[in-house]
Amino acid sequence: MPEELQMVPITVTVNGQRHSLSVEPRLLLVSLLRETLGLTGTHIGCDTTYCGACTVLLNGRSVKSCTVFAVQADQGEVRTVEGLAEDSKLHPVQQAFLESHGLQCGYCTPGFLMSVCQLLDKNPDPDEKAIRKGIAGNTCRCTGYQNIFKAIHAAAESMKGR
Amino acid sequence: MYPRAFRYHRAASLPEAVSMLTDLGEEARLLAGGQSLIPLMKLRLASPAHLVDLNFVPGLEYVRELGNELRVGALTRHAQIEESQEASRIPIVHDCAAGIADIQVRNRGTLGGSLAEADPTGDWAPVLLVLGTEVVCQGTGGERTVKLEDFLVDAFVTTLAPNELVKEIRIAKPPKKSGGAYIAAKRSAPVYASAGVAVQLTMEDSNVCREAGIALGAVGLTAIRPREAEQVLRGKAVDAKSIEAAAEAAMHAADPQSDMRGSAEYKRVLVRALVKRALDAALRRSRGERVEVSHLYA
Repeated sequence: MPEELQMVPITVTVNGQRHSLSVEPRLLLVSLLRETLGLTGTHIGCDTTYCGACTVLLNGRSVKSCTVFAVQADQGEVRTVEGLAEDSKLHPVQQAFLESHGLQCGYCTPGFLMSVCQLLDKNPDPDEKAIRKGIAGNTCRCTGYQNIFKAIHAAAESMKGR
Repeated sequence: MYPRAFRYHRAASLPEAVSMLTDLGEEARLLAGGQSLIPLMKLRLASPAHLVDLNFVPGLEYVRELGNELRVGALTRHAQIEESQEASRIPIVHDCAAGIADIQVRNRGTLGGSLAEADPTGDWAPVLLVLGTEVVCQGTGGERTVKLEDFLVDAFVTTLAPNELVKEIRIAKPPKKSGGAYIAAKRSAPVYASAGVAVQLTMEDSNVCREAGIALGAVGLTAIRPREAEQVLRGKAVDAKSIEAAAEAAMHAADPQSDMRGSAEYKRVLVRALVKRALDAALRRSRGERVEVSHLYA
């Protein structure tokens, strides 16, 4: 075991804001976001790379932030649910989830929103199959998914031409 | 959940990673995509004293065609292979890359890490075995190239020395009139497969098979080659009867264990069904048909 605590200097840009800090190597990205930076919008669900509640974008790609060490995000850009709304105007994906009732308890929602942002970024007009595949890494235990599908269709529609 | 504390070492190059592994000894592990290692560390099933991070080594993420080979850098993420035009020209490779876990995991997990871990439920081994694949390993004495069947020794065991790492994967491109397919069945996207079947058929003409490769994943300690099933097809017409016979032989070659993903008996029957489906898709693809194949959730 290590004799003394190792601290690693990292620089991470989160939602456009640069942070330079020192972290313990075992600090997980989700804990960096929630505990060090106070961005508690990213949730911890299963904590075992299953449920996707902790999904954030790292360098434009969705990742489960419970399964990435903070040191691996060094020099990287992270986008979390807090980075979606602009000037308190909801992001179209958030607006669509609101209007289509794409959530009930809301616990899984930040992860879903980030996965849907990734999906629509890669495929602005996804069919049912692409949507199912795009959110296969996110688990919701209360909506039954139907309204989530509706919300994603609505979000894709409202983002066309943007 | 936090893993046990460890010391973090960031390699800037492959030779540096090798020398770090050499200096740190067997208490060190390599960190590639981390999608297996980090969960194991969080569950404290693995507690390495040192991690050597490969993620900052430049030039290890690529998919290139070179002659009759597809060359893939060890740190290439599954999602990059899924999106690669070059890789998608080998349909079975795309079947595999696009079906592993979910997009979040595919965005991080790497081909080199997957092969080096040698998890019996890993998706890549059966697919790359039926294609013919070589693994380029880098150690203190330079590089060596090993056939995948020799690289994989046992469950979680490869021929890699503790201070050696995977640098590149070289996949043989199938010849003309060849078609393959990979189908894995699992309960949901993020979980390990209950069983997976890879087949690659190279045809003499539209009906008669010249060469058949079949490999079964997740139903043994390593990927299993059901040689009798391959023999059933080799040199014969591929039709409902021979497909049935090959599927039956593959089922008997499977050596699954009962676990949370299903009973051994269930998995054997699953193998039979998957072999039939995969052979059907491979045959149609060998004739130039576009057939979509994906992992099955049951």
